[in-house]
Amino acid sequence: MRLWLPFAVSAGSLLAIASFVGAGWDAPPVETTQTGYRGTGMYLSQDIENQAALKAASTVPEAPWEADPEGDRAGDIYENVQVLGDLSDDQFNQFMASITAWVSPEEGCNYCHNPENMASDELYQKVVSRRMIQMTQAINVDWQAHVAATGVTCYTCHRGQNIPAEVWSRDLSPKPASAATLVRGGQNVVAENAGRTSMPQNALEAYLLNDTPIRVTPLTALPSGNNPTGVKETEQTWALMMHMSESLGVNCTTCHNSRAFNDWDQSPPQRVTAWHGIRMTRDLNMSYMEGLSPVLPDNRKGPEGDVLKVGCATCHNGVQKPLYGVSMLKDYLDSLARKGPADVPDYDSYEPGETLRLGATPALPGNGKLAANASPAVQGN
Amino acid sequence: MAQYLNFITPVKVSGPMEAGMPLPRGDSPRLGQPFAVKLFGIIGNAQIGPIYLGWLGTLSLLFGFIAFEIIGLNMLASVGWDPVQFVRQLFWLGLEPPPAKYGLTVLPPLAEGGWWLIAGFFLTLSVILWWVRVYRRARQLELGTHVAWAFASAIWLFLVLGFIRPLLMGNFSEAVPFGIFPHLDWTAAFSIRYGNLYYNPFHCLSIVFLYGSVLLFAMHGATILAVGRYGGERELEQITDRGTASERAALFWRWTMGFNATMESVHRWAWWFAILTPLTGGIGILLTGTVVDNWYLWGMQHGIVAPLPDVFPGVVDPAIQ
Repeated sequence: MRLWLPFAVSAGSLLAIASFVGAGWDAPPVETTQTGYRGTGMYLSQDIENQAALKAASTVPEAPWEADPEGDRAGDIYENVQVLGDLSDDQFNQFMASITAWVSPEEGCNYCHNPENMASDELYQKVVSRRMIQMTQAINVDWQAHVAATGVTCYTCHRGQNIPAEVWSRDLSPKPASAATLVRGGQNVVAENAGRTSMPQNALEAYLLNDTPIRVTPLTALPSGNNPTGVKETEQTWALMMHMSESLGVNCTTCHNSRAFNDWDQSPPQRVTAWHGIRMTRDLNMSYMEGLSPVLPDNRKGPEGDVLKVGCATCHNGVQKPLYGVSMLKDYLDSLARKGPADVPDYDSYEPGETLRLGATPALPGNGKLAANASPAVQGN
Repeated sequence: MAQYLNFITPVKVSGPMEAGMPLPRGDSPRLGQPFAVKLFGIIGNAQIGPIYLGWLGTLSLLFGFIAFEIIGLNMLASVGWDPVQFVRQLFWLGLEPPPAKYGLTVLPPLAEGGWWLIAGFFLTLSVILWWVRVYRRARQLELGTHVAWAFASAIWLFLVLGFIRPLLMGNFSEAVPFGIFPHLDWTAAFSIRYGNLYYNPFHCLSIVFLYGSVLLFAMHGATILAVGRYGGERELEQITDRGTASERAALFWRWTMGFNATMESVHRWAWWFAILTPLTGGIGILLTGTVVDNWYLWGMQHGIVAPLPDVFPGVVDPAIQ
């Protein structure tokens, strides 16, 4: 009896289907670590084979040299230093060397500066960098509830690239046919920003740019009539959660007891950190990324013309603590761990190649001093 | 020498094709010239056809095909008629019910759930006509109608999910989308929205009957195969005799667990377990959102949630701080 034939055909087709739909699945071996009370299924499951690559991608570059905080201030030596003017000359140059290595190691200083006139703002990259330095300072000062004393630097996201690898923008692909046929409600295609599920593909826009309510589970056993959310809203929330889970390389149970996802009393403390992270990311996108829209050229925007935005993966890059919790900030306390002037210029007035100085206020001597009050206390929001 | 076995037999038995009994006046003729397939002979009866379709079967297939086409063409439209994306993303594609703003509107715009309602209408019609057909064929062969009622139980769950519960909730957006991953995502999101279906007692019952069906099927199938050497597949004709496969099967279970089902009752066990799986499941779905909004909290009130020690003290909802 030639039984091998039907068995071989079945095995072959199963393998074909699995390799077709299963690309990107975590293959065994998987390492599991218990993170909650026994019997609750609270485990951290990690694909062991991925860990070496993640570790290798998260090595931290050393500071180029130890900067001397003494000496004349950069704002007094150089022209048009609007945010970092209170650094010493040595600190300022150390930071410039570092940011070049972090963001434009191939292009060098000229990625942001006109070598003929280093003070000029004519390259849009310089205007964007200045805003990003303000953003990094704001994260380290205002959002310690999320980043703690570890803090972030440009490198946390950029990792030697002009644009961080993990950014997102509005995703309408693949384009549906004309509106007479189907409105797919922003879902039911491969959602790259929702863990490649079929859930809403622009959930990040709802929660990390707009202020759509995330909570969907009712707080009463019986219907109260006060909860307007349905299954569709739940899928959108879930899409955000998939993005968080994929961005950090963690399971649902890192932040939740899955028997009652919404119950804070049973949740690990990581959920509080993540809650602040959602608010932080929303603030970064609303207050910093969106505002830069007039300055950024089209090739630095998404396919729908919106600016590239920050998500959880932008810093985390598949790791629960970015760069495995190693603080680079300790070498850049004066430049990035306190807030300089937070003024926002009028970006609409920016003319690339022409604007020599884009500032919130006209150039005045002494403008550019760091704010005196820059205590690293946790601020409410 | 070749030996006849009732499981993957190496003996190929062939003979003239069987036409079946003549049909009474008023019934359509059976369709197709019967033929034999060796591969099918390995897993069942080698003879394929003739098939009885009749008006009910034909219309059921037609309506089912219409629903299938509406769903498939909408999926194709959702990727801009791109056949490559259609194949690549097939499991992700779907057809969503209307958004909540349309409530129970009979026909919202086609692009916003109208197609979903039309597809659902034709699919329901198709399933119900197939049910009538199953019932009629059973009566025509002078059988009981057990298969039809088991099928009706599955149709009950289907209608609760897609029609009855949305009616009670006053909104078709509560219904299930068509599509492979979309309907699976709906299922899990439904549980999360309504506070974990794990604590829904009818969900518990449904799972008991589902797993129970599997267990019963395995026990009964294993028993009959085990007594196959005594002709155990001829279950009922042996039931009253001593020393037969039937008696050995009964003794096996009475000796191992003290109780045995009979050759007749084991099928009632299996039938009721199978019927009760979607029946209780449908009740559980019907109560969700209509009578109970959060099953976890309901379970807390009724003492079915296991208490846990406070292993994460000091975690407080930051939104209320």
